[in-house]
Amino acid sequence: MSEAAIELQHVSKRFKRTVLKSNYVTLKDFLLRKRRVPKKGRYIEVLNDISLTVPRGKTIGIIGKNGSGKSTLLKLIAGIYRPDSGTIKVNGKLSSLIELGAGFHPEFTGRENVYINGILLGLTKQQIRERFDQIVRFAELEDFIDMPVRTYSSGMYMRLGFSVAVHVDPEILLIDEVLAVGDESFGHKCKEVIRQFRAAMKTIVMVTHDMSAVEKWCDEAIWLNKGEVADRGEPRRIIDRYRENVKEDEEKTFEAAHQVGTNLLGKRWGDRQIEITKVRLLTREGQEQSIYNLGETTIIEISYRVNEKPPQPVVFGVGIFTADNICCYGTNTDIEKIPISLSRNEGRVRFIIEENTLIEGTYFLDVAIHAEDGYPFDYLQHHTAFAIRSRVKDVGICRLPHSWEMDT
Amino acid sequence: MAVLKTLALDIRDLYRYRALIWTLVVKELKLRYRGSVLGFFWSFLNPLLLMAVYALVFSVYMRIQMEHYPVFMFCGLLPWIWFSASLLEGVNSIVGRGDLITKAFFPPQILPMVTLFSNLINFLLSLPILFIFLWASHVIPGWPLIVLPAILFAQFLFTLGLVLALSAMNVHFRDLTHILGNLLTLWFFVCPIIYPLKQIPERFRFLVDFNPMALLTLMYQDVFFYNRFPNIKVLGGLIALGIIVIVVGNAIFNTYRESFAEDI
Repeated sequence: MSEAAIELQHVSKRFKRTVLKSNYVTLKDFLLRKRRVPKKGRYIEVLNDISLTVPRGKTIGIIGKNGSGKSTLLKLIAGIYRPDSGTIKVNGKLSSLIELGAGFHPEFTGRENVYINGILLGLTKQQIRERFDQIVRFAELEDFIDMPVRTYSSGMYMRLGFSVAVHVDPEILLIDEVLAVGDESFGHKCKEVIRQFRAAMKTIVMVTHDMSAVEKWCDEAIWLNKGEVADRGEPRRIIDRYRENVKEDEEKTFEAAHQVGTNLLGKRWGDRQIEITKVRLLTREGQEQSIYNLGETTIIEISYRVNEKPPQPVVFGVGIFTADNICCYGTNTDIEKIPISLSRNEGRVRFIIEENTLIEGTYFLDVAIHAEDGYPFDYLQHHTAFAIRSRVKDVGICRLPHSWEMDT
Repeated sequence: MAVLKTLALDIRDLYRYRALIWTLVVKELKLRYRGSVLGFFWSFLNPLLLMAVYALVFSVYMRIQMEHYPVFMFCGLLPWIWFSASLLEGVNSIVGRGDLITKAFFPPQILPMVTLFSNLINFLLSLPILFIFLWASHVIPGWPLIVLPAILFAQFLFTLGLVLALSAMNVHFRDLTHILGNLLTLWFFVCPIIYPLKQIPERFRFLVDFNPMALLTLMYQDVFFYNRFPNIKVLGGLIALGIIVIVVGNAIFNTYRESFAEDI
């Protein structure tokens, strides 16, 4: 019993590019020897030299970004794909929750589909007959089991598929992001099943984006990155490393997309008597940043140049908008009665948000310099964007300072 | 040799999955007539109506001089329907069941095989009608009928080999479906199904020897209509040919098989 439940050695998998584009060769192409894609870029490496063992009785969580090869790995283990190189050994009866309801036909009743699906998953007719009532009860479809599956809602469909799959009584269970099947009460049942599987010392491999599930259930986490095992080990540690990496990556792409100075979607208007030369988002330490944690100090720095001395007093303003263009906050130096005197031709103005309590999300920034009567010198709409990250998933626009008091 | 070894493994696999094959065959048959008023009777009615059409054209309009012509034609028509329907449905059996191929693990040979089996069952179920017709026309088949299973077996092997190769190749060359449809029409008319063998001009008659379906048709006519034993050597040859076609067909199938899940 000490042997590994699943053993992968140097497994690589690549897809033809034509496949990814879902092209196929027609006879014409074949006869004319037309090549749609030049020979070299024809393959995409999805998994690259993966070696790993899953010990019997353990629950393993596979995490990673979309496109990192998680699902492909699971399909390889399930035997749906074959590896291009390397070997995969599976010791024990395997059932997969990769695609629920394989082979369900809409014209057949739930009952008929249970039999077809069950046999497809390796049960005998006798076994299905014995477990049939249980399967139906678990799926909560007693009243609908003799109706054609096409009349089912997608939730009912998934429930039935899930129910058959778990009643196969496998030694190894593969789960791909299906824990969120159906409504809440069914969700509890699913979790209960997984708990039972764990208690029965069965091997589970799950692919999920739900980090709390990995943390709660998995003995070990495997982090896949670009087709390679980036790290594996104790879930808490791996999740932290993964999150760190995601944040870095996001920051990079975010900054590339919203580089200070590039205009987003927004417009710019005004006669540029006074011109905004630069807008920067800074941390308290003066570092440029575009992703903040909830509560972090956020500094908006506006650099300007005076091209032509205006006759009337100057006003600096900022506005923060959500992605839905709802104004979260807007103010200017005139509203707040802050006198401005431009003694130099170039300078900087800083708007300091001591504690940024906006909730998690992406925000757009308007900055403007205008005259006291509203005449615009330079108005940058949605010029810059920033994002707030938070562990608390509260809703609304901003997190009001609060506490809870209990008298329960 | 490696080809034969994988063939042996494939056969073992198929045996292990026989319950699945059977379930899918039943499903296929149920599905075919589900929702139609006459339901399963269509499997009798379809060949009957087709026979009526040919009987009208050939014995009324074109006046083929032959005793019991409609029944004669029926003897060759039914096995042909089994053959052509198996190929026409089978060629799409892999492409059409992407949902199964990409979701579950099982030997994909099952799918073309299921179309072959479901059409075989259709064929067997229509045999009673044939016998009623034969009886009504006072053409009573006798002992030669004991060879029938061997003829069925030969046709089964031949068709299976073809459908394996076609279904796999169709994943990559989807023109195959259309080519096959036309090819089968031609094939149908060069087989002595709606006309007796002697209608073929003497100098072309040797072509029949190179046409397995024509040879099979003649054998069906032998046992059903003429009440005589077919040439056992030819039958043995056909079975041998069937085995060769299966070996080749399965080898072709296996070369494409790896990429099914990705190419559908």
